[in-house]
Amino acid sequence: MRTSPYCSRYQVINFMNATIAITPSLPDTGQLHALESESIHIIREGIAEFDRPALLFSGGKDSIVMLHLAMKAMAPAGLPIPVVHIDTGHNFPEVIYYRDRTVERLGLELIIGSLPEAIANGRIRESTGAGTSRNRLQTPVLLDTIRDNNFGAVYGGARRDEERSRAKERVYSFRDEFGQWDPKNQRPELWNLFNGFIHPGQHIRVFPISNWTELDIWQYISDQGIELPSIYFAHEREVFERNGMLMAVSEFLKPGPGETVSTRSVRFRTVGDMTVTAAVPSTATTLDDVIAEIAATRTSERGASRADDRTSEAAMEDRKREGYF
Amino acid sequence: MELLRLATAGSVDDGKSTLIGRLLYDSKAIYDDVLASALEVSKRQSAEYLNLALLTDGLRAEREQGVTIDVAYRYFATPKRKFILADTPGHIQYTRNMVTGASTADMALIIIDARNGVVEQSRRHTVIASLLGIRHIAVCVNKMDLVNYDQDRFDSISDEFQELLDGLNVHGSRFFPISALEGDNVVTGSDHMPWYTDGPLLAYLEDMDTNEHIEERPLRLPVQYVIRPLRHEYHDYRSYAGTIADGSVRVGQDVEILPSGKITQIVAIETPDGEVQEASNGMAISVRLADDFDVSRGDMITASVDAPRTTQTFDATVCWMSDSSQLTQGSMLRIKHTTRTTKVMITGLDCQIDINTLSALPGCTSLGLNDIGRVSIRTSTPLVCDDYTYNRTTGSFILIDESTNETVGAGMIGSPGFGDFGSI
Repeated sequence: MRTSPYCSRYQVINFMNATIAITPSLPDTGQLHALESESIHIIREGIAEFDRPALLFSGGKDSIVMLHLAMKAMAPAGLPIPVVHIDTGHNFPEVIYYRDRTVERLGLELIIGSLPEAIANGRIRESTGAGTSRNRLQTPVLLDTIRDNNFGAVYGGARRDEERSRAKERVYSFRDEFGQWDPKNQRPELWNLFNGFIHPGQHIRVFPISNWTELDIWQYISDQGIELPSIYFAHEREVFERNGMLMAVSEFLKPGPGETVSTRSVRFRTVGDMTVTAAVPSTATTLDDVIAEIAATRTSERGASRADDRTSEAAMEDRKREGYF
Repeated sequence: MELLRLATAGSVDDGKSTLIGRLLYDSKAIYDDVLASALEVSKRQSAEYLNLALLTDGLRAEREQGVTIDVAYRYFATPKRKFILADTPGHIQYTRNMVTGASTADMALIIIDARNGVVEQSRRHTVIASLLGIRHIAVCVNKMDLVNYDQDRFDSISDEFQELLDGLNVHGSRFFPISALEGDNVVTGSDHMPWYTDGPLLAYLEDMDTNEHIEERPLRLPVQYVIRPLRHEYHDYRSYAGTIADGSVRVGQDVEILPSGKITQIVAIETPDGEVQEASNGMAISVRLADDFDVSRGDMITASVDAPRTTQTFDATVCWMSDSSQLTQGSMLRIKHTTRTTKVMITGLDCQIDINTLSALPGCTSLGLNDIGRVSIRTSTPLVCDDYTYNRTTGSFILIDESTNETVGAGMIGSPGFGDFGSI
């Protein structure tokens, strides 16, 4: 865009030529205490008010931080609610290893909503063709899991800075009997007074870390010494380039014609289904390295690593309306 | 430095999106791929310039209509401070969404088009911000480039706006002559306006101290949840979890449990960082008490002196937010106040407030969508509360429709403390 003659008239040129007064150094971490208390407050409200809440835990960094906060919220008692993983079957082994070890260490109840199972018993049908993924299929499995277990609320680790439709979402996000989000008609949400009243069959998605940014998450992980799955740090991996993104070679995803495999030093900025989660080139092997890398990057988390968000301009909003995370 | 929560509101063409875009871009909060994708869409729409609203209007319907419908939260940080910016809609029909974004803000950014001066919408936003207890207001007189950076223009707008502020409960305000488009006085100063020497907006936001209370304030700790670990090592352990809504709490301190009125002492304080001797406003903590009283969710642990009111009747200022029902005398609703939920009856509807003139409209029999009025309320169980002007947490509540479960109203206990309806 720097060279586009098209934007010669207005903001962009001005933006690019602006004197950037802000030096690229790290913001201090004074905000973490406020964010931590806010999240714990939200988690306690939900556990106190809902009949049967559950916490979505994928083994990704955001849900790891959310679980860490939930444990603090209830300490010294344990977490009185189950954790739920919606499993596409296309997992990074490192993440499943981490998930199972965490569940055992903290003595949690784990409920798995399995896509392979739902495909096997005919509940959902795998779409075929190039460029398809199991991403959208997670929605019916998530909604079935919520229904089967009568969850009145599920906690999710979504952040508002991730994507612009998420920037619009309430902390308590109401879902109707079909699991749908109606973004044009959200409940007003004032102060820290959340309205969790629902009719049977409806549920609330609760987002305790709405106000955290990607950098906050990393600074908090560093501050608290939270352990992460190893794929968040730089390692050598076989990758190939597809649509400008580095995809990991796995039993679920092979290079197509003309796509060449090379071994590169990469890490993952997000963790999801292996077929849609891309790696980023990186040599960051420590938390400090990762934080420095995140602070300096000019590409968004989802833009860098999620093929699923590139399908259309409103891809996330559309999926969210249907009941996606 | 503490987190600063900002709320902005404005009409479609006052340059709000450009200002937000500049703050976000210059602080590196907009990534290149996000900007490139917005540019791509602008191009498809045959726009002559990058439409920065594409960056902030997150919903398909908003982009189609070119109108902000709901609040969007944006985040940016400088080496000095982190900011949470609630970008709220300006149109009157979305007032309830504006109120959502402004309710948690420490400061309001009001943007005025230098060519148009103080219009009705900027007045209304400022009044609502003040009503919601926002005590700091930054007024950006934008598009100074289009009025030849004229000092007289800036001064006359500032004077007019200052008159409005004088009638409101605002503690701190500053005026900035800016051009969001050209960058004057936003992040850096301006060569175009040598007559203005008070520094750019961002420097003010970075150094702004919103911490109002230097004096010691009495404790307010609404109980959210009772923690009872079912483990042998924690036999008889019982702690009361909540977020401190005001003041601070110390081990050994005498506290009163309301509404029961029993007095006991704090034995221990747990924070997210472990056990401490003292904790202060805003922290999510849990406390253990010396006596084994019946304390549950909805109760409040407070200082034993300067305790809040325990009452079943009070007056309040209410913003009605339902498009399918109205508030009238006799309305029965659910109320959520701190951590307590109970039933209420509206025993009186005193008046509707004209938000543009700050006067009471006579002969009011109901409040409709986005109307603001003064009501008398009776609750089915006692509430432990303060006036909203004293404390935003213990003085605020929401009203919930019992059949639809919708949030239909937002209320502030007591009188907002400005305007000529104070005497009513």
